Amino acid sequence: MWTYDRKLQYPVNISKPDANAAKIIITQFGGPDGELAASQRYLSQRYSMPYKQVAGLLTDIGTEEMAHMEIVCAIVHQLTKDLSLEEIKAAGFDPYFVDHTVALWPQAASGAPFTATYFQSKGDAITDLVEDMAAEQKARTTYDNLLRLIDNPEVRDPLKFLRAREIVHFQRFGEGLRIVQDHLNSRNFYAINPEFDMRKPKSGS
Amino acid sequence: MRDLQAVSFVLDDIALFLQTHPTDQAALRCYEKYRDLKRKAEEEYMNAYGPLREDNVFVTDRWTWADMPWPWERQG
Repeated sequence: MWTYDRKLQYPVNISKPDANAAKIIITQFGGPDGELAASQRYLSQRYSMPYKQVAGLLTDIGTEEMAHMEIVCAIVHQLTKDLSLEEIKAAGFDPYFVDHTVALWPQAASGAPFTATYFQSKGDAITDLVEDMAAEQKARTTYDNLLRLIDNPEVRDPLKFLRAREIVHFQRFGEGLRIVQDHLNSRNFYAINPEFDMRKPKSGS
Repeated sequence: MRDLQAVSFVLDDIALFLQTHPTDQAALRCYEKYRDLKRKAEEEYMNAYGPLREDNVFVTDRWTWADMPWPWERQG
């Protein structure tokens, strides 16, 4: 289970609403490389991960991604909370507004709704960890792109923190992959799938 | 809050490092040190501002967990 801490992992204090920034930052909530997909990717993959250390890594990083989702949502909330109708119309935020007012709803920058197809849980330790490493890099690129588009230092500051965490997670997943490979046959890492072939089925074939 | 966030983040980061380097003695000592600092920072914060977790709520004749601002609101 989880326990809620009444604090953000990194502070968010934005004094000026900006619908244009909110429209693109929301992709890190519900987009293809966003924090919702990240948290569910790792937290779904961990159950069948046979190596305790790596299952612990998936749990810790998956948990941190939920804290990052909260930071992204706090940014979007503070950017949209006090928007005037004129600002909503001028920024083209009206299509979002008509469906969600100024609530948070997981979608990509394009408006595409969140979908579980943004991530995989393949049940093969090497496959999943390689996906996880790619996912961290894709999220890092997305933060880089957001930082190219956004000037307000109050918004950039938490985005820079989140970008840096993608790099740390990439590093840790690389170490997780090494730990998995250390358990496998070094002459052929693909001889077995440790998430399937090491089980002990109760009966026959 | 800023101090508490800083010290908590140090612990988050060292714990991830320890997950893949479980015998790194420097990191283990660092974890112990910052865990003590975090406990102290939490205590100071809660004494000054209020509970961080629901089971820290001081129970009187009214439930007060929702009285403080939520963390996603702009502070100050």
